[in-house]
Amino acid sequence: MTHVPEEQKAVPVLTGRARLRSAMVPRANRRQLLAGVLCAVLGFGAVTQAQSRDEASVLQTARQSDLIQILDAQSQLAERLEDELADLQEARDAFSSDGDQQLLAIDQALQRREVLGVLAGTLPARGPGVSVTIADPDNVVTATRILGTIQELRNAGAEAIQVNDVRVVATTYFVDAEDGLVVDGTPVSAPYRIVAIGEASTLETAMGIPGGVVDTFATDGLRAAVAAEIEVVIDSLRVAEAPEYARPAADS
Amino acid sequence: MIAALGLLVGIGLGLLLQPAVPLWLQPYLPIAVVAALDAVFGGLRALLDGIFDDKVFVVSFLSNVVIAALVVFLGDQLGVGSQLTTGIVVVLGIRIFANAAAIRRHLLKA
Repeated sequence: MTHVPEEQKAVPVLTGRARLRSAMVPRANRRQLLAGVLCAVLGFGAVTQAQSRDEASVLQTARQSDLIQILDAQSQLAERLEDELADLQEARDAFSSDGDQQLLAIDQALQRREVLGVLAGTLPARGPGVSVTIADPDNVVTATRILGTIQELRNAGAEAIQVNDVRVVATTYFVDAEDGLVVDGTPVSAPYRIVAIGEASTLETAMGIPGGVVDTFATDGLRAAVAAEIEVVIDSLRVAEAPEYARPAADS
Repeated sequence: MIAALGLLVGIGLGLLLQPAVPLWLQPYLPIAVVAALDAVFGGLRALLDGIFDDKVFVVSFLSNVVIAALVVFLGDQLGVGSQLTTGIVVVLGIRIFANAAAIRRHLLKA
């Protein structure tokens, strides 16, 4: 690799400066071109390497003690973050189980709302049942008779009842009026059509027992037409009102 | 003259292109650069001595680079790559300084 072969060391004709000066004169001969190309390769490689060092992380050139410090800091950081992660996961689990319970509660509440809605008359209902139709052209039916019919239907297990367009609920009242009845403040006039949802055959039988509803109307000279149906629809609704005085008593 | 120009062109190209060093070349490039630097200093000294020979320069440049890379590769295979790299850098550094001293004596007469 050394460029100083022993036998050529003799007879330096020119001084170093002069040779450098003469070398600086551009001559496009093969010797200078080759040297130029190789020097270009060197410059390219050096710059590339230098820049790749810039990009490379400082870790590669860091001393051992520095590396230990950095590693220590990193592991402490990791520990802290893991703690944080555990906390957050706990919180998330708590929230999600809360959410599950809330969903369950909402589900149950919705079911209860449906059940209670049918009972309280805030939801329409459909199902098997009977319809009782009383023509009453002479307006002789009294509130007592209709109330009796309703009671009889309830005894037979009717779950939802409506009289003409009025839903019958726990607070429903029947009052005689000039031309018909007043049910829950709504005038209702003949012909009366009472629809009840329940087990159709039981309801029909209950209407027809001796001394029962049909018989009673018959003594008034009226005909109560009872029809069991596979599906009846009760679509009149009531607005549920919060009780003014009654408060739920806590379970003992 | 052309050599100095070539060096500048190479530096300019490297700055301009910003090439990424391929992974397999990463351990060898720095040592190759140092080896080439040694060849260049040797060439400069030979020039000042009046015995510069383009063939010798080219061969020494290439063989320097190849041998340096080869030794580092061998060291990597033997598990002493970093130590060998250090050793090569030390040896080449000494040679560079020796050549630099000769060049200095030529140019500054001291």
